[in-house]
Amino acid sequence: MSHYDFHKNHFELLGLAPRFHLDAARLDQAYREIQAQVHPDRVAHLGSAERRVSMQWATAANEAYQTLREPLARARYLLHLRNVDTQEETNTAMPAAFLMEQMEYREAIAEAKATQDAHALERLEGQLKEKIAQHLAGLERALDHAHDDAAAAALVRSLRFLNKISAEIADALDALEQ
Amino acid sequence: MALMQIAEPGMSTDPHRHRLAIGIDLGTTNSLVATVRNGIAVVINDEQGRALLPSVVRYRPEEEPHVGYAAQRAQSEDPYNTIVSVKRLMGRGLHDLADAGSLPYAFVDAPGMVQLKTACGIKSPVEVSAEILKRLRERAEHALGGEMVGAVITVPAYFDDAQRQATKDAAKLAGLNVLRLLNEPTAAAVAYGLDNAAEGIYAVYDLGGGTFDISILRLSQGIFEVLATNGDAALGGDDFDHRIYCWILEQSSLAPLSAHDTRLLLTKAREAKETLTEYPEVRITAVLSTGEMVDLLLTAQVFDALTASLVGKTLGPTRKALRDAGLTADQVKGVVMVGGATRMPQIQRTVAQFFKQEPLNNLDPDKVVALGAAIQANVLAGNRVADDWLLLDVIPLSLGIETMGGLVERIVPRNSTLPTARAQDFTTFKDGQTAMSFHVVQGERELVADCRSLAKFELRGIPPMAAGAARIRVTLQVDADGLLSVSAREQSTGVEASVAVKPSYGLTDDDITRMLKDSYVHAKEDVHARALREAQVEGKRLVEATQAALAEDGEALLSAAERADIARGLSALAAALEGSDLTALKRAVETLNGLTVEFASRRMDASVRKALAGHRIEDVEC
Repeated sequence: MSHYDFHKNHFELLGLAPRFHLDAARLDQAYREIQAQVHPDRVAHLGSAERRVSMQWATAANEAYQTLREPLARARYLLHLRNVDTQEETNTAMPAAFLMEQMEYREAIAEAKATQDAHALERLEGQLKEKIAQHLAGLERALDHAHDDAAAAALVRSLRFLNKISAEIADALDALEQ
Repeated sequence: MALMQIAEPGMSTDPHRHRLAIGIDLGTTNSLVATVRNGIAVVINDEQGRALLPSVVRYRPEEEPHVGYAAQRAQSEDPYNTIVSVKRLMGRGLHDLADAGSLPYAFVDAPGMVQLKTACGIKSPVEVSAEILKRLRERAEHALGGEMVGAVITVPAYFDDAQRQATKDAAKLAGLNVLRLLNEPTAAAVAYGLDNAAEGIYAVYDLGGGTFDISILRLSQGIFEVLATNGDAALGGDDFDHRIYCWILEQSSLAPLSAHDTRLLLTKAREAKETLTEYPEVRITAVLSTGEMVDLLLTAQVFDALTASLVGKTLGPTRKALRDAGLTADQVKGVVMVGGATRMPQIQRTVAQFFKQEPLNNLDPDKVVALGAAIQANVLAGNRVADDWLLLDVIPLSLGIETMGGLVERIVPRNSTLPTARAQDFTTFKDGQTAMSFHVVQGERELVADCRSLAKFELRGIPPMAAGAARIRVTLQVDADGLLSVSAREQSTGVEASVAVKPSYGLTDDDITRMLKDSYVHAKEDVHARALREAQVEGKRLVEATQAALAEDGEALLSAAERADIARGLSALAAALEGSDLTALKRAVETLNGLTVEFASRRMDASVRKALAGHRIEDVEC
């Protein structure tokens, strides 16, 4: 008799094909349908066996949803399923041009913070959004079409930096608002 | 014969019987209890027809404590023994209480949580809260006249693990089966959302007596999804009273006051605040025990100026919640106002300005939380309802583990949807190291010292290895109540050592038993009788649930031998329910639970497969 095996991967759990391109509405729908079945609120009146199983399922569904919903986490997870190490902690050899760009962003943020220039920050935010969108398109090409895992891993590493800078800009904007 | 019936699958006792359940809003200032009657959520009033129970407990020697209005009336004359706003003390140590000096209590600094010296001995805030809950339980039992399945107790969304654990312990102490701890803004959203068939992004702005919460929710197709929550667990209407109180002292140049006079002026301050909701000014008069007179005129304008910084303090968390949700104020469709303190005109104005729309005040801000809790309790108790909905709530504050240099390694980020589990691997730093200690903290700051310490524990029995070779996986599991459990396990050698940790603020079972015994000194029933009754309720519930599950899926999902095993467990439990042997009953419950784990797992799997059957295989063409 088969029953839920907690080694099932996130895509399998949510009934989705294992690829980077993802229909967000479909992901939401699948997640909601599963939670509607397994959430602890559904079994609060039942015995401890049911409640325990429910918590495990709902926890797994949340983890799957959170991982797949976020593009960087989704790309990293896909590579993990393909046994590719993204080397985010070990491989710090980034192209010089990329590092240059990072420094320029950081300097621009520091300057905008110092001069309390919200418009400059918003401009930076716009630029970064575009840059991130390019990376995501690149990830889709590498993961879903070209099957170039090494290129995808490199994109994951640089996307991680871009997300960090994006968060710094949001923090700076937030600090200006208050 | 009862036993035959029980052993027969599919013959569950009347499945349409309404299961009684209650929702309790355990507030800083007032508490309420509500239930669903004939499909409608109603607040249960006391015998005098009053909905609110002031959250005030007065201890008197050799007597049952007074709770509610009677206690409230005595707060000036008997300040040390009359505990008000105990919610602010839940899960808090003495050093956490910024205003401990101005509170008229005899505090005892105890490890974990502060305690209070009273005429009935030293009491923990958990025991004081349990008195309030007990009174509400009695009120509900009296009104409903049947056996209660359980209760949903609301807590501020921004309550941390220690405060939640303390609340759950208080409910246990009061003899309540806690179906769920529910966040107050979420409870309000349920009451509001179901009433208005709301869809879209809503904010719930909840300023109570002692706590402030802001939650951002997405309401869509019957799902209430909390996107982010933030707040201040020590900001509420009480602080507005306190500003008036300080103003009175300053204006009247009074010398340091006795506990009695402090309480008197705090009461006057609260009355003044309430009057200013309706009128442009208020006269404050009082005669102190020293004979000194207070006679002042407070205008709304001055009150606004006195409290502007408090009002402003609610906007920081509001901005953060919106940002965490990835939204801006103009994407919010409606702002639901909750908590008595939102009646203050300056709050209404500020919220309207921030969200650029009039806030929604069509629900009674004092009752909406209790009503929402009752609606949720009704469903959690297993009653069928016409609308079907689901709540997806989040953890308000990040969880982490202390690493080198007193820094926090964040493991569960705030606003993760519950239940959630996250694991992190750690390793030894010395050759041959066989033990490792862990410190779990909660909060957003980088330094351990700035976060709340939840649990410290040691993992022993790690096989001696070279430094860095052991792989110890620490797992933090947070359940649907927002409560944490921690386990640690050495992975690399296959040698398992694991510990389950209860946060250091939680009470041990021994503590609960001792407190129960204390509380029965003046009561009629005894501890054993109550424990037996509780076990019987649980046992009956398990019998019913198992029978219903067997009727639905027994044939399809179990072999004949498995069905026979479960039937034997059912008969044994039925027999134990007939007797009065507590140990035997508990054992029978445990056995049946053990026998049904596999069945529960298969049922869950089948229901998920059915739910996803509509769009099972996504077309795979890459």
